[in-house]
Amino acid sequence: MGSIRFDSVNKVFGGVKALDDINLEIAEKEFVAIVGPSGCGKTTCLRIVAGFETPTSGIVSVNGKRVTAPGPDRAVVFQQFVLFPWKTVRQNIDLGLRNKNFAGDERERLIRSVLDLMNLESYADAFPHQLSGGMQQRVAIARAYVLDPEVLLMDEPFGALDAQTRVLMQEELVRLSRVNPRTVLFITHSVEEAVYLADRVAIMTRRPGRIKEVLDIKTVRNEERWNRFQRIEDVMDLDSFIHLRTHVWKSLREEKREDRQ
Amino acid sequence: MSGRPLSLGETIAWGLAGLILFLGIWTTLSISGLVPRQFLPTPLGVITRFVQLLTTPFAGATLPQHLASSFQRYLSGMMLAALVGVPLGLLMGWFRLLDDILSPIFEGLRFIAPIAWVPFAALWFGTGIGGPVMIIFAGAFPPCLINAYRGARFVDPRLIEASQMLGTGHLRTILEVLLPASIPSIVAGLRVAAGLGWQSLVGAELIVAAAGVGFMMVQAQANVSTPTVMTGMIAIGIAGMLIDVLLRYGEALILRRRGLVV
Repeated sequence: MGSIRFDSVNKVFGGVKALDDINLEIAEKEFVAIVGPSGCGKTTCLRIVAGFETPTSGIVSVNGKRVTAPGPDRAVVFQQFVLFPWKTVRQNIDLGLRNKNFAGDERERLIRSVLDLMNLESYADAFPHQLSGGMQQRVAIARAYVLDPEVLLMDEPFGALDAQTRVLMQEELVRLSRVNPRTVLFITHSVEEAVYLADRVAIMTRRPGRIKEVLDIKTVRNEERWNRFQRIEDVMDLDSFIHLRTHVWKSLREEKREDRQ
Repeated sequence: MSGRPLSLGETIAWGLAGLILFLGIWTTLSISGLVPRQFLPTPLGVITRFVQLLTTPFAGATLPQHLASSFQRYLSGMMLAALVGVPLGLLMGWFRLLDDILSPIFEGLRFIAPIAWVPFAALWFGTGIGGPVMIIFAGAFPPCLINAYRGARFVDPRLIEASQMLGTGHLRTILEVLLPASIPSIVAGLRVAAGLGWQSLVGAELIVAAAGVGFMMVQAQANVSTPTVMTGMIAIGIAGMLIDVLLRYGEALILRRRGLVV
Protein backbone atom coordinates (compact mmCIF):
# COMPACT_ATOMS: atom_id res chain seq x y z
CA MET A 1 0.00 0.00 0.00
CA GLY A 2 1.21 3.49 -0.81
CA SER A 3 2.92 3.47 -4.19
CA ILE A 4 2.88 6.56 -6.40
CA ARG A 5 3.14 6.47 -10.17
CA PHE A 6 3.54 9.29 -12.71
CA ASP A 7 2.65 8.11 -16.22
CA SER A 8 3.75 10.54 -18.99
CA VAL A 9 2.40 13.50 -17.06
CA ASN A 10 2.24 16.87 -18.79
CA LYS A 11 0.99 20.12 -17.34
CA VAL A 12 0.42 23.35 -19.22
CA PHE A 13 -0.29 26.60 -17.39
CA GLY A 14 -1.72 29.27 -19.66
CA GLY A 15 0.13 28.05 -22.74
CA VAL A 16 3.41 27.52 -20.89
CA LYS A 17 4.56 23.95 -20.48
CA ALA A 18 5.32 23.42 -16.79
CA LEU A 19 5.79 19.65 -16.77
CA ASP A 20 7.05 17.66 -19.73
CA ASP A 21 6.52 13.93 -19.82
CA ILE A 22 7.12 13.11 -16.16
CA ASN A 23 7.55 9.40 -15.50
CA LEU A 24 8.36 8.30 -11.99
CA GLU A 25 7.51 5.37 -9.77
CA ILE A 26 7.75 5.55 -6.03
CA ALA A 27 7.53 2.23 -4.24
CA GLU A 28 5.72 1.57 -1.01
CA LYS A 29 7.50 3.09 2.00
CA GLU A 30 10.09 4.66 -0.24
CA PHE A 31 11.29 8.21 0.43
CA VAL A 32 11.82 10.12 -2.82
CA ALA A 33 12.99 13.73 -2.96
CA ILE A 34 12.64 15.94 -6.01
CA VAL A 35 15.26 18.67 -6.28
CA GLY A 36 15.42 21.37 -8.88
CA PRO A 37 15.71 25.10 -9.42
CA SER A 38 12.75 27.26 -8.43
CA GLY A 39 10.07 27.29 -11.08
CA CYS A 40 11.00 23.87 -12.46
CA GLY A 41 7.59 22.42 -11.60
CA LYS A 42 8.58 20.21 -8.66
CA THR A 43 5.81 21.64 -6.49
CA THR A 44 3.36 21.09 -9.35
CA CYS A 45 4.28 17.39 -9.30
CA LEU A 46 3.37 17.22 -5.62
CA ARG A 47 0.19 19.22 -6.09
CA ILE A 48 -0.98 16.80 -8.76
CA VAL A 49 -0.47 13.84 -6.43
CA ALA A 50 -2.31 15.77 -3.71
CA GLY A 51 -5.22 16.29 -6.10
CA PHE A 52 -4.97 20.09 -6.01
CA GLU A 53 -4.10 20.22 -9.72
CA THR A 54 -5.03 17.96 -12.61
CA PRO A 55 -2.48 17.01 -15.25
CA THR A 56 -3.09 18.35 -18.76
CA SER A 57 -2.34 14.86 -20.01
CA GLY A 58 -1.03 11.65 -18.46
CA ILE A 59 -2.04 9.91 -15.27
CA VAL A 60 -0.94 10.09 -11.67
CA SER A 61 -2.03 7.16 -9.57
CA VAL A 62 -1.63 6.13 -5.96
CA ASN A 63 -1.93 2.39 -5.31
CA GLY A 64 -2.90 1.97 -8.93
CA LYS A 65 -5.88 4.27 -8.44
CA ARG A 66 -6.02 7.42 -10.50
CA VAL A 67 -5.88 10.61 -8.45
CA THR A 68 -8.87 12.89 -9.06
CA ALA A 69 -9.37 14.88 -5.85
CA PRO A 70 -7.61 15.63 -2.57
CA GLY A 71 -8.06 13.13 0.24
CA PRO A 72 -6.70 12.03 3.61
CA ASP A 73 -4.89 9.03 2.11
CA ARG A 74 -2.41 11.62 0.74
CA ALA A 75 -1.61 13.94 3.64
CA VAL A 76 0.23 17.15 2.73
CA VAL A 77 2.75 19.11 4.78
CA PHE A 78 2.95 22.64 3.35
CA GLN A 79 5.92 24.98 3.35
CA GLN A 80 3.90 27.63 5.21
CA PHE A 81 2.46 25.08 7.70
CA VAL A 82 -1.16 26.20 6.94
CA LEU A 83 -2.58 25.37 10.35
CA PHE A 84 -6.07 26.63 11.19
CA PRO A 85 -5.33 29.72 13.28
CA TRP A 86 -8.62 29.52 15.22
CA LYS A 87 -8.02 25.93 16.31
CA THR A 88 -5.71 24.79 19.07
CA VAL A 89 -2.93 22.32 18.34
CA ARG A 90 -5.20 19.50 19.52
CA GLN A 91 -8.13 20.69 17.40
CA ASN A 92 -5.90 21.05 14.34
CA ILE A 93 -4.76 17.45 14.71
CA ASP A 94 -8.27 16.27 15.56
CA LEU A 95 -10.01 17.59 12.42
CA GLY A 96 -8.76 14.83 10.12
CA LEU A 97 -9.63 12.16 12.71
CA ARG A 98 -13.14 13.55 13.12
CA ASN A 99 -13.52 13.47 9.34
CA LYS A 100 -12.70 9.77 9.51
CA ASN A 101 -15.47 9.36 12.10
CA PHE A 102 -13.22 7.84 14.73
CA ALA A 103 -14.69 7.49 18.22
CA GLY A 104 -13.75 10.05 20.84
CA ASP A 105 -11.49 7.89 22.99
CA GLU A 106 -9.73 6.46 19.93
CA ARG A 107 -9.06 10.01 18.70
CA GLU A 108 -7.77 11.02 22.10
CA ARG A 109 -5.39 8.05 22.12
CA LEU A 110 -4.09 8.81 18.62
CA ILE A 111 -3.68 12.51 19.35
CA ARG A 112 -1.80 11.78 22.53
CA SER A 113 0.58 9.37 20.83
CA VAL A 114 1.34 11.73 17.92
CA LEU A 115 1.84 14.67 20.32
CA ASP A 116 4.27 12.48 22.19
CA LEU A 117 6.01 11.42 18.98
CA MET A 118 6.51 15.03 17.91
CA ASN A 119 7.40 16.33 21.41
CA LEU A 120 4.34 18.54 21.53
CA GLU A 121 2.68 17.24 24.72
CA SER A 122 2.77 20.53 26.58
CA TYR A 123 1.44 22.55 23.64
CA ALA A 124 -1.81 20.68 23.03
CA ASP A 125 -3.98 23.63 23.98
CA ALA A 126 -1.87 26.39 22.44
CA PHE A 127 -2.95 28.27 19.34
CA PRO A 128 -0.63 28.24 16.31
CA HIS A 129 0.26 31.95 16.58
CA GLN A 130 1.66 31.26 20.05
CA LEU A 131 4.19 28.79 18.61
CA SER A 132 7.49 29.26 16.78
CA GLY A 133 7.79 28.28 13.11
CA GLY A 134 9.50 25.01 13.98
CA MET A 135 6.79 24.09 16.48
CA GLN A 136 4.07 24.96 13.98
CA GLN A 137 5.65 22.69 11.40
CA ARG A 138 5.78 19.89 13.99
CA VAL A 139 2.05 20.36 14.45
CA ALA A 140 1.53 20.24 10.68
CA ILE A 141 3.55 17.02 10.48
CA ALA A 142 1.61 15.58 13.44
CA ARG A 143 -1.66 16.52 11.71
CA ALA A 144 -0.55 14.58 8.62
CA TYR A 145 0.99 11.62 10.48
CA VAL A 146 -1.97 11.01 12.75
CA LEU A 147 -4.12 10.09 9.75
CA ASP A 148 -1.77 7.20 9.06
CA PRO A 149 -1.78 8.22 5.37
CA GLU A 150 -0.58 5.89 2.68
CA VAL A 151 1.61 8.62 1.29
CA LEU A 152 3.03 11.74 2.82
CA LEU A 153 3.53 14.74 0.54
CA MET A 154 5.99 17.30 1.84
CA ASP A 155 6.34 20.55 -0.09
CA GLU A 156 9.59 22.22 1.04
CA PRO A 157 8.43 21.65 4.61
CA PHE A 158 11.53 23.14 6.20
CA GLY A 159 11.97 25.97 3.71
CA ALA A 160 10.44 28.58 6.00
CA LEU A 161 12.54 27.64 9.04
CA ASP A 162 15.85 29.05 10.23
CA ALA A 163 18.99 26.98 9.65
CA GLN A 164 19.26 25.48 13.15
CA THR A 165 15.61 24.54 13.42
CA ARG A 166 15.80 23.12 9.94
CA VAL A 167 18.60 20.73 10.89
CA LEU A 168 16.72 19.57 13.99
CA MET A 169 13.61 18.94 11.94
CA GLN A 170 15.57 16.99 9.34
CA GLU A 171 17.03 14.75 12.04
CA GLU A 172 13.58 14.37 13.51
CA LEU A 173 12.14 13.34 10.16
CA VAL A 174 14.84 10.68 9.78
CA ARG A 175 14.00 9.39 13.27
CA LEU A 176 10.30 9.45 12.42
CA SER A 177 10.74 7.56 9.18
CA ARG A 178 12.67 4.86 11.03
CA VAL A 179 9.96 4.49 13.70
CA ASN A 180 7.10 4.66 11.26
CA PRO A 181 8.16 4.46 7.62
CA ARG A 182 5.79 5.97 5.05
CA THR A 183 5.85 6.54 1.33
CA VAL A 184 7.14 10.08 1.09
CA LEU A 185 7.33 12.51 -1.81
CA PHE A 186 9.55 15.33 -0.62
CA ILE A 187 10.08 18.57 -2.53
CA THR A 188 13.13 20.70 -1.80
CA HIS A 189 15.73 22.89 -3.45
CA SER A 190 18.32 21.96 -0.84
CA VAL A 191 20.68 19.34 -2.23
CA GLU A 192 22.00 18.37 1.23
CA GLU A 193 18.49 17.92 2.54
CA ALA A 194 17.52 15.69 -0.37
CA VAL A 195 20.62 13.50 -0.13
CA TYR A 196 20.39 13.25 3.66
CA LEU A 197 16.71 12.31 3.77
CA ALA A 198 15.81 10.45 0.61
CA ASP A 199 16.17 6.89 -0.64
CA ARG A 200 16.23 8.27 -4.17
CA VAL A 201 16.68 11.81 -5.47
CA ALA A 202 15.00 12.93 -8.69
CA ILE A 203 16.70 15.90 -10.35
CA MET A 204 14.41 18.16 -12.36
CA THR A 205 15.25 20.56 -15.16
CA ARG A 206 13.57 23.83 -15.83
CA ARG A 207 11.24 24.95 -18.61
CA PRO A 208 9.77 22.64 -19.45
CA GLY A 209 10.05 20.71 -16.17
CA ARG A 210 11.57 17.32 -16.90
CA ILE A 211 13.11 14.63 -14.73
CA LYS A 212 16.72 14.60 -15.79
CA GLU A 213 18.11 11.91 -13.55
CA VAL A 214 17.07 9.72 -10.64
CA LEU A 215 19.86 8.96 -8.22
CA ASP A 216 19.93 6.00 -5.83
CA ILE A 217 20.98 7.06 -2.34
CA LYS A 218 19.66 4.16 -0.32
CA THR A 219 22.22 1.63 -1.54
CA VAL A 220 25.12 3.90 -0.61
CA ARG A 221 23.49 4.83 2.70
CA ASN A 222 23.14 1.17 3.67
CA GLU A 223 26.60 0.18 2.46
CA GLU A 224 28.25 3.07 4.25
CA ARG A 225 25.95 2.68 7.27
CA TRP A 226 24.94 6.37 7.56
CA ASN A 227 22.38 5.29 10.11
CA ARG A 228 25.01 4.78 12.79
CA PHE A 229 25.15 8.60 13.14
CA GLN A 230 22.52 10.60 14.94
CA ARG A 231 23.66 13.98 13.73
CA ILE A 232 23.40 15.36 10.23
CA GLU A 233 26.89 16.97 10.34
CA ASP A 234 28.52 13.58 10.93
CA VAL A 235 26.76 12.16 7.88
CA MET A 236 27.64 15.24 5.84
CA ASP A 237 31.32 14.66 6.64
CA LEU A 238 31.34 11.22 5.04
CA ASP A 239 33.06 10.87 1.66
CA SER A 240 30.13 8.89 0.36
CA PHE A 241 27.74 11.74 1.26
CA ILE A 242 30.00 14.37 -0.28
CA HIS A 243 30.35 12.32 -3.43
CA LEU A 244 26.59 12.03 -3.92
CA ARG A 245 25.96 15.65 -3.02
CA THR A 246 28.57 16.82 -5.52
CA HIS A 247 27.02 14.62 -8.17
CA VAL A 248 23.64 16.27 -7.66
CA TRP A 249 25.22 19.72 -7.59
CA LYS A 250 26.98 19.13 -10.90
CA SER A 251 23.84 17.83 -12.45
CA LEU A 252 21.94 20.93 -11.38
CA ARG A 253 24.73 23.25 -12.49
CA GLU A 254 24.89 21.74 -15.97
CA GLU A 255 21.20 22.38 -16.07
CA LYS A 256 21.73 26.04 -15.22
CA ARG A 257 24.41 26.39 -17.87
CA GLU A 258 22.12 24.95 -20.51
CA ASP A 259 19.55 27.37 -19.28
CA ARG A 260 21.76 30.36 -19.92
CA GLN A 261 22.42 29.59 -23.58
CA MET B 1 -4.48 62.77 5.72
CA SER B 2 -2.68 66.05 5.60
CA GLY B 3 -1.89 68.08 8.73
CA ARG B 4 0.04 67.19 11.85
CA PRO B 5 -1.44 64.63 14.26
CA LEU B 6 -3.20 66.26 17.23
CA SER B 7 -3.13 65.30 20.89
CA LEU B 8 -6.29 63.91 22.46
CA GLY B 9 -6.96 67.22 24.25
CA GLU B 10 -6.62 69.17 21.01
CA THR B 11 -8.86 66.72 19.16
CA ILE B 12 -11.59 67.11 21.78
CA ALA B 13 -11.17 70.90 21.81
CA TRP B 14 -11.56 71.16 18.02
CA GLY B 15 -14.53 68.81 18.10
CA LEU B 16 -16.23 70.98 20.71
CA ALA B 17 -15.40 74.10 18.71
CA GLY B 18 -17.12 72.61 15.68
CA LEU B 19 -20.19 71.72 17.74
CA ILE B 20 -20.38 75.22 19.31
CA LEU B 21 -20.03 76.84 15.87
CA PHE B 22 -22.82 74.62 14.54
CA LEU B 23 -25.14 75.42 17.47
CA GLY B 24 -24.21 79.11 17.15
CA ILE B 25 -25.18 79.28 13.48
CA TRP B 26 -28.35 77.33 14.22
CA THR B 27 -29.33 79.66 17.12
CA THR B 28 -28.57 82.77 15.06
CA LEU B 29 -30.64 81.55 12.16
CA SER B 30 -33.69 80.69 14.24
CA ILE B 31 -33.58 83.66 16.69
CA SER B 32 -32.86 86.29 14.04
CA GLY B 33 -36.01 85.26 12.24
CA LEU B 34 -34.08 84.64 8.99
CA VAL B 35 -35.82 81.29 9.04
CA PRO B 36 -39.35 81.25 10.53
CA ARG B 37 -39.33 79.81 14.05
CA GLN B 38 -41.90 77.25 13.03
CA PHE B 39 -39.59 75.82 10.36
CA LEU B 40 -36.45 75.87 12.45
CA PRO B 41 -36.85 75.57 16.20
CA THR B 42 -34.10 76.96 18.44
CA PRO B 43 -31.61 74.53 19.99
CA LEU B 44 -32.94 75.46 23.42
CA GLY B 45 -36.49 74.74 22.27
CA VAL B 46 -35.42 71.32 21.02
CA ILE B 47 -33.55 70.48 24.21
CA THR B 48 -36.54 71.52 26.31
CA ARG B 49 -38.80 69.38 24.18
CA PHE B 50 -36.35 66.49 24.39
CA VAL B 51 -36.33 66.60 28.20
CA GLN B 52 -40.11 67.00 28.24
CA LEU B 53 -40.62 63.96 26.05
CA LEU B 54 -38.55 61.81 28.36
CA THR B 55 -41.51 61.75 30.73
CA THR B 56 -44.47 63.30 28.89
CA PRO B 57 -46.16 61.06 26.32
CA PHE B 58 -46.57 62.24 22.74
CA ALA B 59 -48.57 60.16 20.26
CA GLY B 60 -49.34 57.69 23.00
CA ALA B 61 -45.89 57.13 24.46
CA THR B 62 -42.87 58.84 26.00
CA LEU B 63 -39.62 59.07 24.06
CA PRO B 64 -38.01 56.11 25.90
CA GLN B 65 -41.13 54.04 25.18
CA HIS B 66 -40.99 55.01 21.52
CA LEU B 67 -37.31 54.12 21.46
CA ALA B 68 -37.95 50.77 23.13
CA SER B 69 -40.59 49.98 20.57
CA SER B 70 -38.22 50.96 17.76
CA PHE B 71 -35.45 48.83 19.20
CA GLN B 72 -37.66 45.79 19.31
CA ARG B 73 -38.48 46.19 15.64
CA TYR B 74 -34.90 46.99 14.80
CA LEU B 75 -33.45 43.99 16.61
CA SER B 76 -35.95 41.65 14.95
CA GLY B 77 -35.03 43.00 11.51
CA MET B 78 -31.31 42.87 12.19
CA MET B 79 -31.44 39.38 13.64
CA LEU B 80 -33.39 38.13 10.65
CA ALA B 81 -30.96 39.82 8.25
CA ALA B 82 -27.95 38.27 9.99
CA LEU B 83 -29.54 34.82 10.34
CA VAL B 84 -30.44 34.69 6.64
CA GLY B 85 -27.67 36.84 5.15
CA VAL B 86 -24.60 35.33 6.78
CA PRO B 87 -25.36 31.64 6.10
CA LEU B 88 -26.57 32.41 2.57
CA GLY B 89 -23.44 34.48 1.90
CA LEU B 90 -21.20 31.63 3.11
CA LEU B 91 -23.09 29.09 1.02
CA MET B 92 -22.82 31.31 -2.08
CA GLY B 93 -19.13 31.73 -1.37
CA TRP B 94 -18.63 27.95 -1.29
CA PHE B 95 -21.04 26.54 -3.87
CA ARG B 96 -20.36 28.09 -7.27
CA LEU B 97 -23.71 26.97 -8.67
CA LEU B 98 -25.65 28.72 -5.91
CA ASP B 99 -23.55 31.82 -6.51
CA ASP B 100 -24.35 31.73 -10.24
CA ILE B 101 -28.06 31.30 -9.57
CA LEU B 102 -28.52 33.92 -6.86
CA SER B 103 -25.97 36.62 -7.65
CA PRO B 104 -27.82 38.28 -10.56
CA ILE B 105 -31.04 38.52 -8.55
CA PHE B 106 -29.29 39.83 -5.49
CA GLU B 107 -27.18 42.33 -7.44
CA GLY B 108 -30.36 43.87 -8.81
CA LEU B 109 -32.33 43.85 -5.57
CA ARG B 110 -29.67 45.37 -3.38
CA PHE B 111 -29.81 48.75 -5.14
CA ILE B 112 -33.45 49.25 -4.21
CA ALA B 113 -33.61 51.61 -1.23
CA PRO B 114 -35.29 50.03 1.83
CA ILE B 115 -37.93 52.76 1.81
CA ALA B 116 -39.00 51.68 -1.68
CA TRP B 117 -40.27 48.46 -0.10
CA VAL B 118 -42.76 50.34 2.07
CA PRO B 119 -45.86 49.71 -0.08
CA PHE B 120 -45.16 46.02 -0.53
CA ALA B 121 -43.99 45.53 3.03
CA ALA B 122 -47.35 46.86 4.21
CA LEU B 123 -49.24 44.76 1.68
CA TRP B 124 -47.41 41.51 2.28
CA PHE B 125 -46.56 41.61 5.96
CA GLY B 126 -48.99 44.14 7.38
CA THR B 127 -48.35 47.17 9.51
CA GLY B 128 -47.91 45.24 12.74
CA ILE B 129 -44.49 43.69 13.30
CA GLY B 130 -44.02 42.11 9.83
CA GLY B 131 -43.97 45.12 7.48
CA PRO B 132 -41.57 47.32 9.43
CA VAL B 133 -39.27 44.41 10.14
CA MET B 134 -39.13 43.64 6.45
CA ILE B 135 -38.03 47.21 5.67
CA ILE B 136 -35.25 47.08 8.28
CA PHE B 137 -34.35 43.66 6.89
CA ALA B 138 -34.12 45.19 3.40
CA GLY B 139 -31.61 47.71 4.72
CA ALA B 140 -29.53 45.33 6.81
CA PHE B 141 -29.56 42.20 4.66
CA PRO B 142 -27.22 43.18 1.77
CA PRO B 143 -24.13 43.96 3.86
CA CYS B 144 -24.65 40.77 5.90
CA LEU B 145 -24.75 38.68 2.76
CA ILE B 146 -22.04 40.52 0.82
CA ASN B 147 -19.50 40.44 3.62
CA ALA B 148 -20.08 36.79 4.45
CA TYR B 149 -19.81 36.00 0.73
CA ARG B 150 -16.59 37.99 0.28
CA GLY B 151 -15.18 36.51 3.46
CA ALA B 152 -15.83 33.01 2.17
CA ARG B 153 -14.60 33.73 -1.36
CA PHE B 154 -11.35 35.28 -0.24
CA VAL B 155 -10.37 32.72 2.36
CA ASP B 156 -6.70 31.84 1.94
CA PRO B 157 -6.91 29.05 -0.68
CA ARG B 158 -4.20 27.14 1.17
CA LEU B 159 -6.53 26.77 4.16
CA ILE B 160 -9.11 25.22 1.86
CA GLU B 161 -6.48 22.88 0.42
CA ALA B 162 -5.44 21.89 3.95
CA SER B 163 -9.07 21.24 4.81
CA GLN B 164 -9.58 19.15 1.66
CA MET B 165 -6.50 17.01 2.15
CA LEU B 166 -7.78 16.22 5.65
CA GLY B 167 -10.96 14.90 4.05
CA THR B 168 -13.27 17.60 5.41
CA GLY B 169 -16.83 17.56 4.03
CA HIS B 170 -18.83 20.55 2.76
CA LEU B 171 -20.76 21.37 5.93
CA ARG B 172 -17.74 21.06 8.18
CA THR B 173 -15.61 23.12 5.80
CA ILE B 174 -18.21 25.89 5.85
CA LEU B 175 -18.61 25.82 9.63
CA GLU B 176 -15.02 25.25 10.69
CA VAL B 177 -12.97 26.88 7.94
CA LEU B 178 -15.01 29.42 5.95
CA LEU B 179 -16.99 30.81 8.89
CA PRO B 180 -14.09 31.38 11.29
CA ALA B 181 -11.89 32.68 8.48
CA SER B 182 -14.63 35.13 7.49
CA ILE B 183 -15.38 36.41 10.99
CA PRO B 184 -13.54 39.73 10.56
CA SER B 185 -15.35 40.39 7.30
CA ILE B 186 -18.71 39.25 8.72
CA VAL B 187 -18.37 41.44 11.81
CA ALA B 188 -17.51 44.43 9.63
CA GLY B 189 -20.59 43.62 7.54
CA LEU B 190 -22.78 43.42 10.64
CA ARG B 191 -21.59 46.85 11.67
CA VAL B 192 -22.49 48.32 8.29
CA ALA B 193 -25.79 46.43 8.44
CA ALA B 194 -26.52 47.81 11.90
CA GLY B 195 -26.08 51.33 10.57
CA LEU B 196 -28.17 50.82 7.45
CA GLY B 197 -30.85 48.97 9.40
CA TRP B 198 -31.11 51.80 11.90
CA GLN B 199 -31.29 54.32 9.07
CA SER B 200 -34.20 52.39 7.59
CA LEU B 201 -36.11 52.74 10.86
CA VAL B 202 -38.00 55.93 10.02
CA GLY B 203 -39.06 54.45 6.70
CA ALA B 204 -40.13 51.31 8.47
CA GLU B 205 -42.20 53.22 10.98
CA LEU B 206 -44.00 55.25 8.32
CA ILE B 207 -46.38 52.32 8.20
CA VAL B 208 -46.58 51.62 11.92
CA ALA B 209 -49.75 52.54 13.72
CA ALA B 210 -48.75 52.25 17.36
CA ALA B 211 -45.36 53.45 18.62
CA GLY B 212 -41.72 54.03 17.66
CA VAL B 213 -39.45 57.01 17.17
CA GLY B 214 -40.25 57.14 13.46
CA PHE B 215 -43.96 56.95 14.23
CA MET B 216 -43.57 59.78 16.75
CA MET B 217 -41.87 61.92 14.10
CA VAL B 218 -44.55 61.26 11.53
CA GLN B 219 -47.23 62.25 14.06
CA ALA B 220 -45.28 65.36 15.04
CA GLN B 221 -44.95 66.33 11.40
CA ALA B 222 -48.72 66.13 11.04
CA ASN B 223 -49.05 68.46 14.05
CA VAL B 224 -46.29 70.77 12.74
CA SER B 225 -44.42 70.23 16.01
CA THR B 226 -40.91 70.75 14.64
CA PRO B 227 -39.16 70.48 18.04
CA THR B 228 -40.65 67.00 18.39
CA VAL B 229 -39.46 66.00 14.92
CA MET B 230 -36.02 67.33 15.77
CA THR B 231 -36.05 65.44 19.07
CA GLY B 232 -36.74 62.25 17.14
CA MET B 233 -33.85 62.97 14.78
CA ILE B 234 -31.48 63.57 17.67
CA ALA B 235 -32.66 60.44 19.45
CA ILE B 236 -32.06 58.39 16.31
CA GLY B 237 -28.64 59.98 15.86
CA ILE B 238 -27.54 59.31 19.41
CA ALA B 239 -28.90 55.76 19.49
CA GLY B 240 -27.21 55.05 16.13
CA MET B 241 -23.92 56.33 17.47
CA LEU B 242 -24.27 54.19 20.59
CA ILE B 243 -25.01 51.10 18.48
CA ASP B 244 -21.94 51.78 16.37
CA VAL B 245 -19.68 52.36 19.39
CA LEU B 246 -20.93 49.14 20.94
CA LEU B 247 -20.33 47.13 17.77
CA ARG B 248 -16.94 48.71 17.23
CA TYR B 249 -16.01 47.60 20.72
CA GLY B 250 -17.35 44.11 20.01
CA GLU B 251 -15.41 43.98 16.74
CA ALA B 252 -12.15 45.01 18.42
CA LEU B 253 -12.76 42.40 21.10
CA ILE B 254 -13.24 39.62 18.54
CA LEU B 255 -10.19 40.65 16.51
CA ARG B 256 -8.06 40.83 19.64
CA ARG B 257 -9.13 37.39 20.76
CA ARG B 258 -8.11 36.09 17.35
CA GLY B 259 -4.67 37.59 17.80
CA LEU B 260 -5.25 39.76 14.72
CA VAL B 261 -4.88 43.07 16.56
CA VAL B 262 -2.86 43.50 19.72
